[in-house]
Amino acid sequence: MSNSTPKRASAGDGPRAADLSPIGRFFKATELDTRMLGMIGALLLIWILFDIFSGGLFLTPRNLWNLSVQTASVAVMATGMVLVIVTRNIDLSVGSVLGFVGMIMAVTQAEILPQYIGFDNPFTWVIAVLVGVVVGGLIGALHGYVIAYLGVPSFIVTLGGLLVWRGAAWWVTSGRTVAPMDSIFRLIGGGPAGSIGAMASWIVGLVACAAMIALIANARRQRQRFQFPLRPLWAEGFLAGVGCLIVLGAVWVVNSYYWPVGIVRRYIRDNNLDIEASEVFIAHGLAIPVLIAIAVGIVMTFIATRTRFGRYVFALGGNPEAADLAGINTRWVTMKIFIIMGVLCAIAAAISTARLNAATNAQGTLDELLTIAAAVIGGTSLAGGVGTIAGAMIGAVVMQSLQSGMVLMGLDTPLQNIVVGVVLVIAVWLDSLYRKTRH
Amino acid sequence: MNTQTSTTALVEMNNVSISFGGIHAVDDATVDLFPGEVVGLLGHNGAGKSTLIKILSGAYQRDSGTISIDGKPATINNPRDAKAYGIETIYQTLALADNVDTAANLYLGRELKTAWGTLDDVAMEAKAREVMGRLNPRFQRFKEPVKALSGGQRQSVAIARAILFNARILIMDEPTAALGPEETAQVADLILQLKAEGIGIFLISHDIHDVFDLADRVGVMKNGQFVGYAKTTDVTKDEVLGMIIAGKCPPGAQPGPGALAA
Repeated sequence: MSNSTPKRASAGDGPRAADLSPIGRFFKATELDTRMLGMIGALLLIWILFDIFSGGLFLTPRNLWNLSVQTASVAVMATGMVLVIVTRNIDLSVGSVLGFVGMIMAVTQAEILPQYIGFDNPFTWVIAVLVGVVVGGLIGALHGYVIAYLGVPSFIVTLGGLLVWRGAAWWVTSGRTVAPMDSIFRLIGGGPAGSIGAMASWIVGLVACAAMIALIANARRQRQRFQFPLRPLWAEGFLAGVGCLIVLGAVWVVNSYYWPVGIVRRYIRDNNLDIEASEVFIAHGLAIPVLIAIAVGIVMTFIATRTRFGRYVFALGGNPEAADLAGINTRWVTMKIFIIMGVLCAIAAAISTARLNAATNAQGTLDELLTIAAAVIGGTSLAGGVGTIAGAMIGAVVMQSLQSGMVLMGLDTPLQNIVVGVVLVIAVWLDSLYRKTRH
Repeated sequence: MNTQTSTTALVEMNNVSISFGGIHAVDDATVDLFPGEVVGLLGHNGAGKSTLIKILSGAYQRDSGTISIDGKPATINNPRDAKAYGIETIYQTLALADNVDTAANLYLGRELKTAWGTLDDVAMEAKAREVMGRLNPRFQRFKEPVKALSGGQRQSVAIARAILFNARILIMDEPTAALGPEETAQVADLILQLKAEGIGIFLISHDIHDVFDLADRVGVMKNGQFVGYAKTTDVTKDEVLGMIIAGKCPPGAQPGPGALAA
């Protein structure tokens, strides 16, 4: 789809390739989403600026690896927030739900399960995560039911939820912090042990590249089957090439971040190895929380674009009355969206609890704002009907980059908040300008 | 009451009423429709035409009265029920999801799926190209959300959606409101073609000229009530106009509960 010549595009049935500039032809041939490209460009700009202002601390494997881990929890929730906002709803309760579910998972594995199956049972983490997912899903179902079937606006329901679940998290242990977590559960949170290492990361990267090429080839075959217009071969090759380059580049970065020497020393001692710690370089590789977030992103993208449910979500957001008249059970669709949101909060809670190695009362405070900001910066329209999962996840990276960059620069917290707030408003303003010139 | 008493009525709506907050939007309305027949529903804006057909299409639930399809009592509580009876509707507002493309709108609520249970977008687009090619051969913008389309193109999408699923009963609420003369003529051809296929059509309009030449019978509504019914061969346009404006029932027509007492 081309937007470099908006006047022509709206006048007829789209511009012919020959009428366009080379750049216009390029975008038309590759069908790239220019909005998404703009966001990636902005992200790169933020990274480079922070790198300059922090004296080269930002664009290091170590910082980028940390950034990826810190983003995971909000990125997971942002994928669900897209569906919520696309249907003209909002969820203000995700931070509190994260706090409550985190507390439930922590109490389950640290205080309840040991009484029955002992400490360090290999199933402890599975049970804890399952309990969390079920509780999260039930909370989401409750929100969804009140919103869809009782007709209370989602803003109010989830504003209530924000207070209720934060209070409930306190109630579980009367405010006590619960620690430590199960040793396997902690892998969900990342860290040297919670990363898959260099070899496995390369394998994941190569599999991702193969999958990308297979998807592009399959889409082309499908279109050929019905004799639809095809993208030129060079454009397909270009897309596949750039995609593979980004994936393998990311793997290369995380494989360039080595374990700290103290952890290497402990590793050598534990395994009775006879080598000098300063001569051993063990790469972190991709962190498990990041892999979880990517998997969630893929699943959510599949749900949003390839299933009936996803189609209904967008139709409902574009025109609720039309969706109703088309025979879609809009209430049930809305309730399902909030169930998904609750489950994603539980996954995010597992990541953040495992990373902290504890569940605290304040866990997830203000995460609802980061999540909403990530979705909105990622191109989700508050007017409904528009949004992508991938955009929201990149939006989450943008938000986290701002925060982590300002920490590296040594800015005070109040100033950080001011910057984040201003950036959010400017980003949405630029987006509205972009949309206006497009239509 | 009509020409084809030998066959069973496709639709019979008997003594249907609905009110919104004390306003009788539709009051004791009775109307029927036979296979291969076009019934025009006429009346001023706010006469209750759209409300009446929205009861048939499942968008509203009636307060009282009965609906029969093929002579058997029908339960229509929502649009899904109506579609199950083969009732397809082109709404005045078109009822399109603006943010998704043509194929997605045509199949909204009835998407084609692949063997894997996922959306079969390619097959839906292929079928969309076929049916749109019949209605609007120049239409090429299949990849764009329908909000980017012109009024006439959007109307074609709404019409295509109604005829895509082998409707037996078609409700067209102001179907040519956004169309130019050429496209209006196309819709008229389409109506005659569908009629020949044995589909029963309710044609709703506030403009008598849109309806009179196409309809076999007309029913005129005023203030939620039927003024009367007439075969278009038995009355003149002016007489029907008198029914619409004054509620006066001419000799060739059969009076309804809303007719002026003579």
